[in-house]
Amino acid sequence: MTETAPRPIHVITVTNLVKQFGRFAALRGVSADFSGGKLYAILGDNGAGKTTLLRTLAGLNQLSSGEVSILGASKFRDICQQVGYMAHPSLLYDEMSAMENLTYFARLYGITDAARCVAVIRSVGLDPELERPVGQYSQGMRQRTSLARALLNDPKILLLDEPFSNVDLHSANDMVHLLAGVRDRGTTIFIVTHQASLLENAADEFVWMEFGKIVERTRDLQRREAAQ
Amino acid sequence: MTPPTGITRVTLLKDLRLEWRSKDAINSMLFFSLLVVVVFSFSFDPSAEESRQIAGGLIWVAFLFAAVVALNQTWAREIRNQVLDAYRVSPAPANALFLAKTLGNFIFVSVLEALMTPLFIMFYRLRALGPAWQLIPVTALGTWALVVNGTFFAAMSLRTRSREIMLPLLLFPISIPALLAMVQATTAILSGENSARFWIVLLVTYDLVFTTMCLLLFETVLNAE
Repeated sequence: MTETAPRPIHVITVTNLVKQFGRFAALRGVSADFSGGKLYAILGDNGAGKTTLLRTLAGLNQLSSGEVSILGASKFRDICQQVGYMAHPSLLYDEMSAMENLTYFARLYGITDAARCVAVIRSVGLDPELERPVGQYSQGMRQRTSLARALLNDPKILLLDEPFSNVDLHSANDMVHLLAGVRDRGTTIFIVTHQASLLENAADEFVWMEFGKIVERTRDLQRREAAQ
Repeated sequence: MTPPTGITRVTLLKDLRLEWRSKDAINSMLFFSLLVVVVFSFSFDPSAEESRQIAGGLIWVAFLFAAVVALNQTWAREIRNQVLDAYRVSPAPANALFLAKTLGNFIFVSVLEALMTPLFIMFYRLRALGPAWQLIPVTALGTWALVVNGTFFAAMSLRTRSREIMLPLLLFPISIPALLAMVQATTAILSGENSARFWIVLLVTYDLVFTTMCLLLFETVLNAE
């Protein structure tokens, strides 16, 4: 009897994905499969389509054509409970504290236990007792609060857009360490970033985009950089 | 999963808390209405009878313009930091958000009306000759008519560049039947000449039709690009 290697379980399948804004095509026929429990770093120059791809996976962009299947569902609404999304802006109310923000967003996911909000805020290295409004936080603290919001519903898919921008190196490394732990617990993570080196040891795969297409997928960050 | 009513409640409480802290909408509405009352009172010097005939129009036009100020603020907080996207990716239903925003605006405009009505009565020496209690349903129904459409069209003009101009352009024409009913009902009650019943029924119908339409269409508006 021959032993066959276990087939990877694809949690996201994208087929011929096209997204147009007027006459500009931000995504030009993206097709890819992504396996569960991995950390993908999505890299590329400005305008390559990274954020558009992430927003499309998050159900925020309507497809011009093509198909997206996430956790076996073609409608984002069916699996939104299992997706966490962090955008470049904070997606937080500046006038409320981190705890107030998270308590509100928790209710949107049906989470009524305040202990969950406290635990998530602690996990990103912030103090849940902090009463200052988020608008008075440093950029790094705001980014971490934003990450806490994305982790709130214990998602199976985590979509992060530039989570390390304006974050100091030490805090960024803490965030990478936290995300690697989340990945190890089975969450599939997509990180759009320009700071690929931060993920060199944590990412399972580097997905390179150019002009609205995925042009290469490597396990080794240096390989493509050396080739370029 | 939190039921839609629960999400409406927490979103409404969140909006009330944010307004309590910033007082953006209430302050700008109050200031605007106060200006209207004072400027009109200097411009006209009506007799008690003339006041009864024109007060309905003056009051509702002042509240309509003041409401637009608040309605423009409704979604401003949701666009800042793109917080609306956090709502859109959540499993919370779109209508729960719409109802919370509409109820919030209803409360803000009602507070304004409660504060400004005594001033109108004082400046224009108003005394109702008809059944004054009918002013309560007219005010409630009229305010709902303004805010339900206003909240909807404010969301619709959210992604336009000149949304502060777009909102009155969209809202005023569609509010004309409601505005007419509010003014006519108020005048009828103040002057005691006619019954306001027809106009109240018109307002009830208007509110039912437009609330249903807004609830049906809001998800499309929320997710429009």
